[in-house]
Amino acid sequence: MAYTVARPKMTLAEKLYLPAIVAGLAITAKHFKNMILGRTKVLMQYPEEKWDAHMPEHYRGAPTLVKDEHDRERCVACQLCEFICPPRAITITPGELPTESKFAKVEKYPEEFKIDMIRCIYCGLCEEVCPEQAIFLRKDYAITGLTRAEMVHDKAKLYELGGEMNGLVHKWNPLK
Amino acid sequence: MNRRAFLQAGHICSFTERAGVVIFSQLMDWTITTFILISAIKTLAIIFGVVLPMVSYTVYAERKVSALIQDRIGPNRVGLPLTLFGGKKDFSFFGLVQPIADAVKLLIKEDFTPGHVNKFYYWLAPALGVAPALITLAVIPFGSVLNLDPILIPLGQKLGMDLGFGNIPMVIANVDIGVLFIFAIASVGVYGIVLAGWSANSKYPFLGGIRSSSQMISYELSLGLSVIPIFLLIGNLNLSTIVQYQIENGWLILPFGPFGPHFFTLQRFLLWIPMLISFLVFTVAMFAETNRLPFDLPEAEQELVGGYHTEYSSMKFALFFLGEYAAMIAGSSVIVTLFFGAWHFWGIPDGTVGGLAGLFWGLVNIAVFFGKVAVLLIFFIWVRWTLPRFRYDQLMKLGWYFFFELALVNIFLAAIILAFVK
Repeated sequence: MAYTVARPKMTLAEKLYLPAIVAGLAITAKHFKNMILGRTKVLMQYPEEKWDAHMPEHYRGAPTLVKDEHDRERCVACQLCEFICPPRAITITPGELPTESKFAKVEKYPEEFKIDMIRCIYCGLCEEVCPEQAIFLRKDYAITGLTRAEMVHDKAKLYELGGEMNGLVHKWNPLK
Repeated sequence: MNRRAFLQAGHICSFTERAGVVIFSQLMDWTITTFILISAIKTLAIIFGVVLPMVSYTVYAERKVSALIQDRIGPNRVGLPLTLFGGKKDFSFFGLVQPIADAVKLLIKEDFTPGHVNKFYYWLAPALGVAPALITLAVIPFGSVLNLDPILIPLGQKLGMDLGFGNIPMVIANVDIGVLFIFAIASVGVYGIVLAGWSANSKYPFLGGIRSSSQMISYELSLGLSVIPIFLLIGNLNLSTIVQYQIENGWLILPFGPFGPHFFTLQRFLLWIPMLISFLVFTVAMFAETNRLPFDLPEAEQELVGGYHTEYSSMKFALFFLGEYAAMIAGSSVIVTLFFGAWHFWGIPDGTVGGLAGLFWGLVNIAVFFGKVAVLLIFFIWVRWTLPRFRYDQLMKLGWYFFFELALVNIFLAAIILAFVK
């Protein structure tokens, strides 16, 4: 059923439209003036000012590999992270430990561990799925590169970003 | 016929008359050559020295003012990249080098011509968009006179030539049909937009072109009618004469200046009303004529994806951009000339004083003119970032039902005041 929309009754000043224009100009002039006088707090000037100090603990930045306090790599190349990774950013080449190692034939180690940071979606599933607590999302967010190859983080880069993580699982720790 | 007197006259019409008189005189070659030379120098100086830099920095001001109005910072990065050359620190100067970066970007972008366009008109349109805006500047008196003799005569003596030019009027072509010329040329500007929209062979540009033509035609009526009261009052179309009248009788928008012989009379007070109405209608029509918000229907990004210049890229797009801002500068110049006394400011003498002082005041007059233009440009920008766009039917209604009638009634009002109040 058709019905009539009630239009508001406008006063003469509203119909003339000029007072509204003047009021609008006054509002924009006020904003302009406050900006000039530095009274308005605006955005952070990004490269100079960063919010790193205010970053929450649960922030999900770039995924990295960590070592334990004895400088041993935690990753055992079980490839769970590779399988769960939604965009398939992780590529692991598992390798056998050398025979003289105490853990030969018990565990594997990653010969190569690559994360393609162009594909990574920072979801954190790799961190969640890792049984060895070897992979962690750290707070690096400005991952840039000039080539595609540069954007693929290899093992060395991942350890460099990850560093050392203490007090976690110590399944293989004889000192414990 | 002395060539100094000849140049001081500086009229196109008087030029032809006098050319007839001096045609057999030995002075003729020298006179005409000098006239053409000086006009060419004035044209080049005003276009490349003033208008094009002004366009660039209007764009910068547009970005900066819009940012400040919206509580942002705006361009503040581009400056001297000293770190590229081994320096310690870059200097940004509030991003004042931004226009140069923009221009370089537009120049080195790919100039792409889509396959589906009408090539001839597609290439013609940007030129037609920019040319009228620059041509209208020819008749604007942007300064009083410039007397270069104190510098050029000693120089000429060294070179063994007579370089005394006397008072050079600071208007490129001092034609007697000044305002008519401006209206005639400014209305050609619509061709650039219509041809761009049509030749692009694509629906959004086409809509932009159609809107532009109907909008500009509607507002040109009120633009033309709104200045008739001025001619009723002054009785002359020559812009220099209009400026001279305003110097003697007060600016049309401010008839009772703080200095000078601007005595109070009833007629002058009553005439203030039609002049204010003229100013209002003329300024609003100028907004519509230059496609500025709140009348930027032809390019309305949100509805028409940029309107008539959707299919343009690189320097051809830049020409439209340049034309739009040059039209803004030309429009502001016309408003300043007609209503704000052009280069006149109370207490500042003009360049006829003579000597180095005359040269100095001549330059100050030019600075005053472009200062006034800059204030108006800031006003244009301020309005753009304040008002929302009109709906198309509202725009047409405003033009035909309101401003057209207002301008028409205003003519009769001015005529009645001039006829009956002494």
